[in-house]
Amino acid sequence: MDFITGLFVFMLATFIGLDVIRRVSRLLHTPLMSLTNAISAIAIVGAIILAGPQHDAVSTILGAVAVFASTTNIVSGFLITDRMLKMFKKREPGK
Amino acid sequence: MSPQTIDVVYLVSAALFIFSLKWMSDPTTARNGVFAGVAAMVLAVAGTLLRPDITSYTWIAIAIVLGTAVGVPLSWVPLTAVPQRTALSHAFGGLAAGLVGIGKYYLFLHDGDLTAFRTGAIVFEVTFGLLTCTGSLVAAGKLQEVLPTRPVTYPGQNVVNFLLMGGAVAIGVALVWRPELTFLFPLLVLLALAFGVLLVLPIGGADMPTVISLLNSYAGLAAVAMGFVLENKLLIIAGALDGSSGLILSIMMCRAMNRSFTNVLFGAFGQVAAASGAVEQRSAKIATIEDAAQILENADRVVIVPGYGMAVAQAQHRVRDVFEHLTKKGIDVRFAIHPVAGRMPGHMNVLLAEAEIPYDQLAEMDDINPDMGQVDVCLVLGANDVVNPAARHDKTSPIFGMPIIDADKAHTVIAIKRSMNPGFAGIENELYFADNTLMLFGDAKAVMGDLARQLSGETH
Repeated sequence: MDFITGLFVFMLATFIGLDVIRRVSRLLHTPLMSLTNAISAIAIVGAIILAGPQHDAVSTILGAVAVFASTTNIVSGFLITDRMLKMFKKREPGK
Repeated sequence: MSPQTIDVVYLVSAALFIFSLKWMSDPTTARNGVFAGVAAMVLAVAGTLLRPDITSYTWIAIAIVLGTAVGVPLSWVPLTAVPQRTALSHAFGGLAAGLVGIGKYYLFLHDGDLTAFRTGAIVFEVTFGLLTCTGSLVAAGKLQEVLPTRPVTYPGQNVVNFLLMGGAVAIGVALVWRPELTFLFPLLVLLALAFGVLLVLPIGGADMPTVISLLNSYAGLAAVAMGFVLENKLLIIAGALDGSSGLILSIMMCRAMNRSFTNVLFGAFGQVAAASGAVEQRSAKIATIEDAAQILENADRVVIVPGYGMAVAQAQHRVRDVFEHLTKKGIDVRFAIHPVAGRMPGHMNVLLAEAEIPYDQLAEMDDINPDMGQVDVCLVLGANDVVNPAARHDKTSPIFGMPIIDADKAHTVIAIKRSMNPGFAGIENELYFADNTLMLFGDAKAVMGDLARQLSGETH
């Protein structure tokens, strides 16, 4: 992948992101943030690529710590988002 | 797995991430968004683990198990602590990006593959990652009240911050220009770590919604930079989604306070305000629980304005009791939510949802303001600056120009407060001295509990 391809991907993804996020209800901004937290833990991909090939001890350790930090975010981010979203209820009919 | 197959897996994963955010647009589809996000992440991790160059799984497996063991309890925190948890996870996200950047730098260096372009991307990744990490730790400390919530300032602060930033930029440029100056790299790491701390220290509690959103954005940008370092499109896409989300939220928060980014980051709001706090002695009318209950019972339309005080006192469940009693009597009760109420975007909505208050009763500031003139009682609960009418007319007030909820336009205002002390910004709130305002002193939770008992007819 050359630099320019990367920039194209970045630009298009940012436009999609801005457009999609703008439609998110203000009601859900806190869950949105914990969801994007979990999504930004995509850094785990880089962490695995660093830790997996066993280049040397330093990169394996740095990578493993990064895998740990990202996993923490993935697990807690998705779980707490779902926990919060379950609480949003409409008024029950007849009340 | 062949690189082509992995790319296809990444492609599906990226699409699912986009759907995940798209489904957040409505509370009825939002939970599907979480499932799409989980599926996307599982695909991304699985695809990466199957890369041919991954030879050892031991450390990765241990790290994943440990991360899960820490992550699961972190998702059980009480909802009032969600801002701290969010800040903490930004710190983890920044740390991961920073560490991968450092690791890759030395690997490229060792293999002689350190091109100017790669160095540039790594400089971005490490700087954003590490400053997000330490900055978020400070933010989490402030939110948990381990660190002082008030702005920490010292003379020459902005000069120091600009020097640090300038230093980091200069080192970054030097590294790209002359990649052989490798001794500068550890210096960049230290500068980024220090800059994160110093950037967030002077920021006060009420500005936390903006800061958290901004750090959210930085964590995303660090992931984007990592995508450029590793030449991985999935990282760029997911990082860009996160970055744009944080950006939109921070712009919204700034607008809701009528302030600019520079003002939030370098303004040290609380200090300025405290200096201009000329106190004029006026008296407020004080109500009893019985008075308040009677006024509420005789109303047709009630609006409750919750603020950070409600979160601190954990009063949301008592608020629901009051809401139930009033609704049973046929009174229309709505909640007016200011965008910056609380310590992170949407904080109040989550707390009220936790207390099982139906979300269709929650109204945004712009939607409810035109109706405030027809409201019989406005109950201000732990909110302060967001209902201060000075923002509309007093040009000398530090919050002048900030959009507010027009609580003062209601026929009667009942303000529940712990004491007459001015709020975070040290600004007198003239709402409390208005003719149609009654003050109800006490802890938000206790007062709302008493109010609920009084309304239910139980007297003791």
